[in-house]
Amino acid sequence: MDKPELKNFTKPESIKDYPVGPSFSGGHLVSVNSGWRTFKPVVALDTCTGCYRCYLVCPDGVIVKTEAGKVAVDYDFCKGCGVCAHECPFDAIEMVKEDLQK
Amino acid sequence: MMHNHKNESVFVSGDEAVALGVRLSRPHVISAYPITPQTIVVERLSEMVEDGSLVARYIHVESEHSAMSAAMGASSVGARAFTATSSQGLLYMAEGLHYASGGRMPIVMMNANRSLALPWSIFGDHRDSMSMLDSGWIQVYVEDAQEALDMTIQAYRIAEDSSVLTPLMINLDGFILTHTYELVEVPPQEEVDSYLPPFSTPNKMSLEDPKSMGFSTSPADNMEFKYQQHKAMMDSREVIKQADKEYAEIFGRSYNGLIDCYQCDNAEYILVTAGSVTGTARVAVDSMRSKGIKAGVLRIRFMRPFPEQEVRNTLAGAASYGVLDKDISFGYEGTMFTNVNSALSGTAHIPRGINFIGGLGGRDISVQDIEEMFEALRLCPAHDYTEYRKNRIRFVNMGVSIHE
Ligand code: SF4
Ligand code: SF4
Repeated sequence: MDKPELKNFTKPESIKDYPVGPSFSGGHLVSVNSGWRTFKPVVALDTCTGCYRCYLVCPDGVIVKTEAGKVAVDYDFCKGCGVCAHECPFDAIEMVKEDLQK
Repeated sequence: MMHNHKNESVFVSGDEAVALGVRLSRPHVISAYPITPQTIVVERLSEMVEDGSLVARYIHVESEHSAMSAAMGASSVGARAFTATSSQGLLYMAEGLHYASGGRMPIVMMNANRSLALPWSIFGDHRDSMSMLDSGWIQVYVEDAQEALDMTIQAYRIAEDSSVLTPLMINLDGFILTHTYELVEVPPQEEVDSYLPPFSTPNKMSLEDPKSMGFSTSPADNMEFKYQQHKAMMDSREVIKQADKEYAEIFGRSYNGLIDCYQCDNAEYILVTAGSVTGTARVAVDSMRSKGIKAGVLRIRFMRPFPEQEVRNTLAGAASYGVLDKDISFGYEGTMFTNVNSALSGTAHIPRGINFIGGLGGRDISVQDIEEMFEALRLCPAHDYTEYRKNRIRFVNMGVSIHE
C-alpha cells in the first residue's frame, strides 16, 4: 500500500478556526513525535533486496515502499525500536545513534 | 392509556410524556437499557417503534454503557439519537457522557433522578445527575409532565444548534414525576416539524466528505477543544432562551429560560429549588405570604449552563436565601448551594444563605417542612456570624436527633 499523503496542520490563530470537536479530515501531521528516539534505522539500499519484511513488522507502520522496489523510513514517526533491523533477513538495516545535540 | 390523536390533551405519566415528546422529535435511533423509574419511557418507545407510529431503530443494548455508545455511533453519522437512564445506569455510562460531550454529539437523554447505592434505593433524589455535572452535558430539571414533553422537543433544538452541539440531559424526579399522571397537551406533529427541522451537521462520518472522528490530540491542541466545549455551553444560554421564546410563539407555553421565579420580585426570603419540589414550595410561599411574610421561590431549571446572572440578580436583594438540595457533596454541602454561592460572590451585598439538604433516598418534603425553612431564613440574618455558620447546612426532616 502506498503511504497516504500527509497534510500539515498549522495551529489556527483563532479558536473559531479550530475543528468543531474531534472531527476533521484525516491525514494531518499535527506534531512530529519522534523526540524520544535514540537510535535510528538506516537502510543500506545496496544490500536491501526489497523483501518487505521490515515493512510488515514495523509496529508503527512507518516503513514505506519506494518506487525503486526498496524501502524508506518515515523518521517523523519512527520511534527507533529496532524491530526492523532485528528482523531484516539481509542485515540491511543498521541502528545508528542519533545526534541528540541537534 | 395513551392516544395518538393530534392536538389533544392526554392523561399520562411523566415517563409517557417524555416518550410522546421523543416521538414528536423524530429520532432515528433509540438505544436504551431499562431501569426503574425510567422503564416506562423505553417501554412506550419500543411499542411506538413496533406499531410503526415512530419510524426509528430501537436498539436493545446490554447495558447503559452500550446505550450511550450506540447513541454516539448514531450521532456520529449525523442521526438524531435518544437514550434514557437513571441512577446506577447514569453512572455506568459516565465514561460515555464525557465522550459524547467531547465529541460534540447532540444526543438527548432523559434521566429519572434516583438515589445512588449504597444503601440500595429506587426512590428519587438528585445525587445521580448532580454527580455528573462536570460531564459536559447541558442539564435541565423539569417540574411537571408537560414541561417534560415540551423540553424533550426543545432539547433537540438546543443541543443541535450549530453554536451549541452539546448533548442534553432532561431530569425528571423519580416516581414523583416519572410515575405521576397528569393532563398533558400534545402538540400536532406538523407544528413540531416546523419548530424542529431535521438535524444537519458537517461533523459526521460521510462518504462524500470523509472525516477522522474522535481523534486524539497532543497537549498542544487538547485545551483548545476543552475551551470550545466551555464556550459552546456558555453560548447555549442565549440559544435556550431563544428556543423557549419560539416555542411559546408556536405552542403557547414558555418556561422563562434558565430559571423560573415565583413571587421573587419583592421577596425578602427566597428558596432555591430544582424539579418537582417547586410545586410544594409555591404552596408554602402562598401560605407565608398570607401571613404577611415576603417569601419567594427561585426554581433552577438549568444547572448547566448555570444561570449565574439570573441567580445573582434575583437573590442579591433578598434578606436571606435558602437552597434546597436533594443532594450532598459529602464533606462540604449541596451542589446547588455551592453553585448559587459562587454566583453571588463578589456582589456588594451578599445575603446569608442556608443549605437545606432534603429528600435524600426519596424522603418526603412537605409544605410544613418548607414553611419551616422560610422561618429559618427569617431568623438567620439576626444571628451572630459564628452561630449562623454553625447551622448553615441543615438536614431536613431527619428521623432522629443528630445533636450528639
Ligand atoms: S527487511 Fe531488509 S531486505 Fe527486506 S525490505 Fe526491509 S530492509 Fe530491505
Ligand atoms: S525502528 Fe521501529 S519504528 Fe522505526 S522503522 Fe524500524 S521497526 Fe519501525
